Amino acid sequence: MRPGPGGCCCRRPVRANGCVANGEVRNGYVRSSAAVAAAAAAAGQIHHVTQNGGLYKRPFNEAFEETPMLVAVLTYVGYGVLTLFGYLRDFLRHWRIEKCHHATEREEQKDFVSLYQDFENFYTRNLYMRIRDNWNRPICSVPGAKVDIMERQSHDYNWSFKYTGNIIKGVINMGSYNYLGFARNTGSCQEAAAKVLEEYGVGVCSTRQEIGNLDKHEELEKLVARFLGVEAAMTYGMGFATNSMNIPALVGKGCLILSDELNHASLVLGARLSGATIRIFKHNNMQSLEKLLKDAIVYGQPRTRRPWKKILILVEGIYSMEGSIVRLPEVIALKKKYKAYLYLDEAHSIGALGPTGRGVVEYFGLDPEDVDVMMGTFTKSFGASGGYIGGKKELIDYLRTHSHSAVYATSLSPPVVEQIITSMKCIMGQDGTSLGKECVQQLAENTRYFRRRLKEMGFIIYGNEDSPVVPLMLYMPAKIGAFGREMLKRNIGVVVVGFPATPIIESRARFCLSAAHTKEILDTALKEIDEVGDLLQLKYSRHRLVPLLDRPFDETTYEESED
Amino acid sequence: MDTWRPPVQGICLPRSASGPARTGLSPSLTAQARGGGDQRAAAPAQAPPPRARDVTVPRHARVDVPVAFRKEAQRLTMANAAEQWVLVEMVQALYEAPAYHLILEGILILWIIRLLFSKTYKLQERSDLTLKEKEELIEEWQPEPLVPPVSKDHPALNYNIVSGPPSHNIVVNGKECINFASFNFLGLLDNPRVKAAALASLKKYGVGTCGPRGFYGTFDVHLDLEDRLAKFMKTEEAIIYSYGFATIASAIPAYSKRGDIVFVDRAACFAIQKGLQASRSDIKIFKHNDMADLERLLKEQEIEDQKNPRKARVTRRFIVVEGIYMNTGTICPLPELIDDIDLISANMENALASVGGFCCGRSFVIDHQRLSGQGYCFSASLPPLLAAAAIEALNIMEENPGIFAVLKEKCRKIHKALQGISGLRVMGESFSPAFHLHLEESTGSREKDVKLLQEIVNQCMNRSIALTQARYLDKEEKCLPPPSIRVVVTVEQTEDELERAAATIKEVAQAVLL
Repeated sequence: MRPGPGGCCCRRPVRANGCVANGEVRNGYVRSSAAVAAAAAAAGQIHHVTQNGGLYKRPFNEAFEETPMLVAVLTYVGYGVLTLFGYLRDFLRHWRIEKCHHATEREEQKDFVSLYQDFENFYTRNLYMRIRDNWNRPICSVPGAKVDIMERQSHDYNWSFKYTGNIIKGVINMGSYNYLGFARNTGSCQEAAAKVLEEYGVGVCSTRQEIGNLDKHEELEKLVARFLGVEAAMTYGMGFATNSMNIPALVGKGCLILSDELNHASLVLGARLSGATIRIFKHNNMQSLEKLLKDAIVYGQPRTRRPWKKILILVEGIYSMEGSIVRLPEVIALKKKYKAYLYLDEAHSIGALGPTGRGVVEYFGLDPEDVDVMMGTFTKSFGASGGYIGGKKELIDYLRTHSHSAVYATSLSPPVVEQIITSMKCIMGQDGTSLGKECVQQLAENTRYFRRRLKEMGFIIYGNEDSPVVPLMLYMPAKIGAFGREMLKRNIGVVVVGFPATPIIESRARFCLSAAHTKEILDTALKEIDEVGDLLQLKYSRHRLVPLLDRPFDETTYEESED
Repeated sequence: MDTWRPPVQGICLPRSASGPARTGLSPSLTAQARGGGDQRAAAPAQAPPPRARDVTVPRHARVDVPVAFRKEAQRLTMANAAEQWVLVEMVQALYEAPAYHLILEGILILWIIRLLFSKTYKLQERSDLTLKEKEELIEEWQPEPLVPPVSKDHPALNYNIVSGPPSHNIVVNGKECINFASFNFLGLLDNPRVKAAALASLKKYGVGTCGPRGFYGTFDVHLDLEDRLAKFMKTEEAIIYSYGFATIASAIPAYSKRGDIVFVDRAACFAIQKGLQASRSDIKIFKHNDMADLERLLKEQEIEDQKNPRKARVTRRFIVVEGIYMNTGTICPLPELIDDIDLISANMENALASVGGFCCGRSFVIDHQRLSGQGYCFSASLPPLLAAAAIEALNIMEENPGIFAVLKEKCRKIHKALQGISGLRVMGESFSPAFHLHLEESTGSREKDVKLLQEIVNQCMNRSIALTQARYLDKEEKCLPPPSIRVVVTVEQTEDELERAAATIKEVAQAVLL
């Protein structure tokens, strides 16, 4: 079967008014593999059934509502005003009319080439500084469902903060990546970690290859391999470094990396350090990926015209800013057709997706064997830190001998290892309870409920309906700060993000759901979000969803870099 | 597209006809002909912007080639300016002009018209591949395996397995030894006070932070630790990273960008090398600890700067050195180098016996990393229990400043004891707690050297002295150090143990090497 250029028949949105898919009534444009079939049948358009329908064993409902034109214009105007005022303020600071709060270079070094380009800091100084209080809020408790935040004040417009000594207690935590609720200071995980801590201490003081390979590490790696359903696994001390220090071991000069445009900074850094050629495909767009694959094989390397040594596709399970889930069945079909290798970063999806928390591979009912490199982190669902890579034994053997991390970086701290082992065993049900399974189910329920309610309220929500990462669109720069502050005033901690983490007009708030959130907590949060939404006029949705595939796709926007 | 193409060609062709301009132009056109995403990258790769500015040939070509055309134009403007009777004169001149002249000009005009209206000229014959041909090519292509096979007896494949804590007494592969391999210089790894502090933190915060510093991953413990480190190092500000390797590797590219220049010691460790690679700056390597060589490079740069002062005004320069070089065990001659440092980066994974790293310096310098340090912004923060352990370790260090003198004394002792082993040479300062034992004479092959040294390590291990070879990625290192055994001194090692270790190494080395 041909995976087709991105589900060829479905490139145009299917109008499906009031069709029933998964027992939910929807209006507007819907794109899903199974749902489209139902929709098409309902609309009498049988020929619209996608060829990819067979690839998906479950409905794939992922849609993005377009930015309303007026909102987009107002957002640009907002940035325009901010920039103008920024220049004005810079002018005033230059002539010492306004007091300069930021640290400056010492007099002795004034004649050096300036350490920073001035424009580089323009954005920080004039835009970010206005709403800086929404980030780096220090907490002083477990990052669980509720969290204690240290109150801070600024008397100089966010240039510096003073701690008042007060603690804002019991803030509902919608920001931490505590998907399964394992961030806890009581219970079996904490007890086990404490025991190991007393026995081993916290450090290792050596690298894996020298003398820092503890029996605990070996135990963890065997468990991770079993959990993922792969032959072998290796673990590393930092999730970010797992990507940036292992991709260079896998590919190099003469190899091609095809990377999703929204991939995490660590994947981008790893790809750059590898020395391979990098080409970017549109986010989750299989047409774009297939075209790149085809062209790469047909035309070979630029200039030398030699065939590529190998092609590695880099994708993430859940995209943390978009809330989208990778179209893994299609990616795997493409990878098989074009004999490329697949590197799947499950930082956000491991534990958070799939009936038993095995991640995006299980979610789609696929075989872990089809993914060449399974990467993930322990920071999120497992409430610990570090990362892993799983795959065939040959791959892991190679990494044991060639991974930058194994040779040069200190291995995982033993109590952290123990936290991973206990939480993973709990998810697998090896602790003799069904607690882990319940957590996974609770998270899935919370996700659906929270997303449905937000949509009903009229917010523009991005991403897949099963993704516990829920971006709520704010668009305008002034609303970023306002939303964050209003929510904190109502005792809810949220994450707000703007440029450069998102496209300039697509500023958003991001909620991360957790199994630790009770229905009561979610209802409180939803009530407050509803109120703030009315206050700030955030309910932009006109219920016209545009499927991801139909977001503008311009064939000329590929980027390529060679180092 | 088509409407503006012809004039471009009109300029192109005479240029390419004139010779040298063609070479500068053709690669980007080839890329264009192939279509797809190649064109953007191919163009800058072929003609980097600054060089493009230097190429003056095309401009000459454009002025010089259509000389005949220009004369004609001049003549026409003259005619226009004059009164109508001049037109008559012109017609007359046309009659008088020799026939060959008229024919030549006529041909030239026709040529120009042809150029204006002709289609894109082909630099080379191109024939598009048919769909079937493409499919065949795709069918035909066979990639290399994802990873090459690793031989079963690769020296780094089978790790030593440490059972229990890697502290003063260590159980390696089931054998109890005295630890001369872990960087636990101050013996803080199993210090009860450190453990108690970490435990208290664990009971309060749990293990993980579940977020980067920006998004509710900043704990009060992190702020405390940053304060303490800044004070300990006597600087304005400190910033912590959750991984030692990522600290310097993130800090360098936060400041040094493409086009900037970094002067770096040849023996710099791998994390520095990776940071430099990520920064994409120009890298100038000077000989290990050779200040004269550094001066030579700086002078060369000065001459370079005088040639191009405009570029020099925006090029930042950095010098990167290590305190004690991990790869050599030697110390950097800091007083000779500079009297003032902008940024210090350090690791909490060795003496502090925790995990993570930090940078410290002036706020003006350090604060920049809070938005630009990749490993800081995009990674989960350090687990609070590790931060708490580091704070307690700092407390112990501040309370017992004498501990450093003790360590220094022990280093001296074992250094002295290890001198004069036939076949092995001690590399590194006498007060450095980590130093290397090199083979006095290499066998000529790195593989054999490694095997010999491993034999020494194994036999020492059998005699209860845990040592390790310094491991490197042979193919990745910029300047690969020779194979060596690394010896680590800690305050916990007794004089008796130090003597025994030196004696054991001596005996084993003699047995293996002679």
